[in-house]
Amino acid sequence: MTMKRFLLASIIPLTLTGLVAIGWWLLNGVDMDVLNPSGDIALQQRRILFITLVLAAIVVIPVFAMLIGFAWRYRHTNKKARYDANWTDNKWLEIVWWGIPIAIIGFLAVLTWQTSHSLDPYRAIESDKETVEIQVVALQWKWLFIYPEEGIVTVNHIVVPEKTPLHFTLTADAPMSAFWVPSLGSQIYAMNGMTSQLNLIADHTGVFDGYNTNINGKGYSSMQFTVESKTNRNYESWIKRTKSSAGFNQDTYASLAKPSTEGVKTAYRLTDASIFDTIVGKYMHGMQENKEEMNVEAPMENHDMKSHDMHSMEGH
Amino acid sequence: MDLSWLFGRMSLEYLPHEPATLAAAIGMPLLALGAVGAITYFKKWRWLWKEWICSLDAKKIGIMYLFVALLMLLRGLADAAMLRAQTAVSVGDASGPFDVDTFQQVFTAHGTIMIFFVAMGAMFGLINVALPLMIGARDVAFPWLNSVSFWLFVVGMMLSNVSLIFGGFSNAGWLGYPPLSGLEYNPGPGIDYWIWSLQIAGIGSLISGINFFVTILKKRAPGMTLMKMPIFAWSVLVTTVLIMLAFPILTATLAMLSLDRTMDMHFFTSDGGGNPMMYVNLIWAWGHPEVYILVLPAFGIYSEIVATFARKALFGYKTMVAALVAIMFFSFVVWQHHFFTMGAGANVNAFFGIMTMVIAIPTGVKIFNWLFTMYRGRIKMTASMVWFMCFVFTFTLGGVTGVILAVPALDFQVHNSLFLVAHFHNVIIGGVVFGYIAALTYWWPKMFGFRLHEGLGKVSAYFWQVGFLLAFMPLYALGFMGAVRRLDHYTDPEWVPFFIVAGIGVVVIGMGAVALVLQIIYSIWKRKTLVDTTGDPWDGRTLEWSVPSPAPEYNFKTIPVVTHRDEWWHHKQSKTTQAEPALEDIHLPKPTSIGVIVAVGAGLAAFGIIWHMWWLAGLGTVIAIVSIIWRTMNDDTEFTITAAELRHETGAKS
Amino acid sequence: MKHDNDEKSNVASLGLWIYLMTDLVLFASLFATFIVLRQNTAGGPGGAEIFNMPYVLIETFALLFSSLMCGLALVTARFKRRTAMLTYLLLTILFGAIFLGMELAEFALMASEGHSWSESAFLSGYFTLVGTHGLHIAVGLLWASILFVRLLRRPLERNGLRKLGLFAIFWHFLEIVWIFIFSIVYLVGGTL
Repeated sequence: MTMKRFLLASIIPLTLTGLVAIGWWLLNGVDMDVLNPSGDIALQQRRILFITLVLAAIVVIPVFAMLIGFAWRYRHTNKKARYDANWTDNKWLEIVWWGIPIAIIGFLAVLTWQTSHSLDPYRAIESDKETVEIQVVALQWKWLFIYPEEGIVTVNHIVVPEKTPLHFTLTADAPMSAFWVPSLGSQIYAMNGMTSQLNLIADHTGVFDGYNTNINGKGYSSMQFTVESKTNRNYESWIKRTKSSAGFNQDTYASLAKPSTEGVKTAYRLTDASIFDTIVGKYMHGMQENKEEMNVEAPMENHDMKSHDMHSMEGH
Repeated sequence: MDLSWLFGRMSLEYLPHEPATLAAAIGMPLLALGAVGAITYFKKWRWLWKEWICSLDAKKIGIMYLFVALLMLLRGLADAAMLRAQTAVSVGDASGPFDVDTFQQVFTAHGTIMIFFVAMGAMFGLINVALPLMIGARDVAFPWLNSVSFWLFVVGMMLSNVSLIFGGFSNAGWLGYPPLSGLEYNPGPGIDYWIWSLQIAGIGSLISGINFFVTILKKRAPGMTLMKMPIFAWSVLVTTVLIMLAFPILTATLAMLSLDRTMDMHFFTSDGGGNPMMYVNLIWAWGHPEVYILVLPAFGIYSEIVATFARKALFGYKTMVAALVAIMFFSFVVWQHHFFTMGAGANVNAFFGIMTMVIAIPTGVKIFNWLFTMYRGRIKMTASMVWFMCFVFTFTLGGVTGVILAVPALDFQVHNSLFLVAHFHNVIIGGVVFGYIAALTYWWPKMFGFRLHEGLGKVSAYFWQVGFLLAFMPLYALGFMGAVRRLDHYTDPEWVPFFIVAGIGVVVIGMGAVALVLQIIYSIWKRKTLVDTTGDPWDGRTLEWSVPSPAPEYNFKTIPVVTHRDEWWHHKQSKTTQAEPALEDIHLPKPTSIGVIVAVGAGLAAFGIIWHMWWLAGLGTVIAIVSIIWRTMNDDTEFTITAAELRHETGAKS
Repeated sequence: MKHDNDEKSNVASLGLWIYLMTDLVLFASLFATFIVLRQNTAGGPGGAEIFNMPYVLIETFALLFSSLMCGLALVTARFKRRTAMLTYLLLTILFGAIFLGMELAEFALMASEGHSWSESAFLSGYFTLVGTHGLHIAVGLLWASILFVRLLRRPLERNGLRKLGLFAIFWHFLEIVWIFIFSIVYLVGGTL
């Protein structure tokens, strides 16, 4: 084999080695929230991810093997290989490569159906602990968190008790935004004039990053927030401490709602319990009142009664 | 005298002041001026006007599409380089080289330009160049509309680029969701530039869809039944159905957004009863078929390339047709998977998720059919085949991540993260980009009479493939780490190495693009050694290889009579010498400037609407309408090539 | 040459039909949006408050009559009765113009009462859907007028018949779309 031939032939194996090395260097020691979750929802999602990858491998590995194998064996310089210019049909092959993908997709379809329901963001998490209610308002460009039952308000920072179901009701006073804490699980859109819901749970204490996944203007990248999960006792004492903060009323809200990239993690005492409903109601006079069948979340599709709170129009 | 109406809402504040934009705003016109200067110096205006701008020859229109697409590819890659330059450094207290305003316009422009002007442009270019020849036709069904489509495409492209110089582009992403793209949050001209750029190009695309659909149904050579058609023609037929059903939705939706913005309507506003979710549904009802519009012709191209270079008939032609048709149907019932996280409920999400996965079945079947076309073939690993190999590898990976995204419960964790960004680049680069470059290499000799240099083509493929892996595999990881899309700045230092590798990847892709351009330049320089003397450089299977290279204006001296699939291959194998049929007069459409004038009218009208110069909007509309009426009143639109002239042509092959 | 013209006519006809199918999708998008937003009146009037049903009925008859005239134009053209054809074509245009005029008057009245498209999503949807149809009618009237002038100038030959036929398909299509608008926008939308 000539030097030139050798060099050319070694390009692909060398490149592959290089790429794998780069991959190893990058991934070594890195902690990925989605793959190393801290919440039960995210944990279930990771399980589905692995199942899907394994199923996909059933198809992908033979495809790659055949690609390389056939390209090599049937290269035109290999006169030993059988050449059959018009061999274009084989019933058994068709049965195999229609059948196996159909089986895999069939299995995934069942999994999809089940998990679409079990991991529906609107679905309450079963627990003997009492759910913590948090109202979320996406603003330009910060997150407002209202705890209606505890009577406090925070900005860009949520504190929750561990191992306790969390129920979020979300809205926006900003262009379409989305609330996502990858360590804990699912994201959901937060939109003007309507509410959406999300149920999550933190399996242990810790600090988790949260993000906005839908661009809503110039300060979009500032919409990071943190979720801090504490023990029950620490959570209670944090509530007590926060209750002695400055009051939060319509005026405080008005100044926070102005477009700015406030990253400061402030906290307030809630003085006006109806403030969330007012925010949702700001954009609502477009719709006629008392239209029960008004499909607020998804105008185009049928409503799944069981997993949606029909009173979501009035906030929570 | 108050002349403010003359200038609408134009003002000096809309001139660029940020360094990168300023550079582009100066550089682009300079380039254009340079081109104008060169054409003047070489005294080529007459030639350019008569032979190209006014041409109604699909082959020429196709070449022009490809030229613009290639130019826009370079623009799109420059945008990508800017994005990655930003993300490589913009962490913590550091800021990137671009301010957030510029960054947001750059990623919006990147997506818009790549989809509408690179991918769609290359697609229509290739179809124009190859389809009529492949089906034994002289031209498309409506040659004048073909010209109109092309020039509308150019005008749309220019609107996107002019925004750089004056006014700025949209900052709301390539699909511009309201209310961010509405008047309340974005009153400036950027969104309007985006709307009209797409609207005009979109109408051009719709007209082309109708044109090619009718061409395939009505202009096939005698004897070529649908099941004897080359599979590329099938992929185009299916694509045109998608175009015709999807693009009107885009037209309506963009129109409604524009009405919200210019006439204070309330389709998608936050107040007044508007519903932004309606926009999301409509735009994706178009948007999902759109991605199949882009990839199905690429699938057709791969079918032709594999069969040709494996010297073997395509495995399972009937199944391949069925798969194309199945994908066509299913692509209309999956659009909701783009917003599983908008809160539609489990049943709806599950339905659309399952439908999305079902599309993977016919797509996977196609891959097996290609592999078994290679099986027992005699494969020549030309540059086109190398692109095909890269496609199977890359696209399959992208398909896997697609199946992951199709499960709503999983999508909840990766929607709008860089995982998503990696997925769609994965399938678009692997499927569409590699496919169209492979096609360019494959049909280049038919367009220009000489082949592209093989070695440089393979070098380009190598860089594109490696560059793709470097640029996008880190993004999958970043998505899992919480990195969302469209971020101009982030805080987690753990993400930095990934962004750096991704940046290197874009550079390597750039090298691939440079290699492509070098390949073209070098091949033009060495065209005498790369000449295609026979018209059939690949020992091809389909009718386009039965005419000389470059193809004569009339395509075929006599329209062939078809009796088999892969008619040309069959003709060569059977070695029959048919008697030369008698030559007849050929009627071809005369070149005309009305196509470009209509488009210019549309462009002026759009510019007028964008800047609230209502007089200009009216003037442009009138120009367009009057030109169309003028054309319809013109009965003398053809010229004749007599049989005698045909007989006198040298180097003849029927 | 005759074969050529027949083929051209065939191709042009298919092209028009296909274009009309795409137009149908365009209208379908506007219909879907209207239906979804029809109850979003933002405190303003709904259909029941502002639609004048007898007026709309007369309007509809004008358009239907215009379509009838168009059909008769085509029939008389086929029987080579040139004067009759031209008369019917003129009546087509006339009644089409009456329809359009009535529609514009209806819009103007609503605007003068303070109900314009910027008041609510419902009104935006209404004006856009009905207005788009009206725009198509206007284009059709322009088309028919130019056609009329052409047919006036020349003897009736095959090419003229072909062009008249193409216009007729377009015109009838618009009539069908109007039936949908009448049913969905005015009848259904006007009772809520």
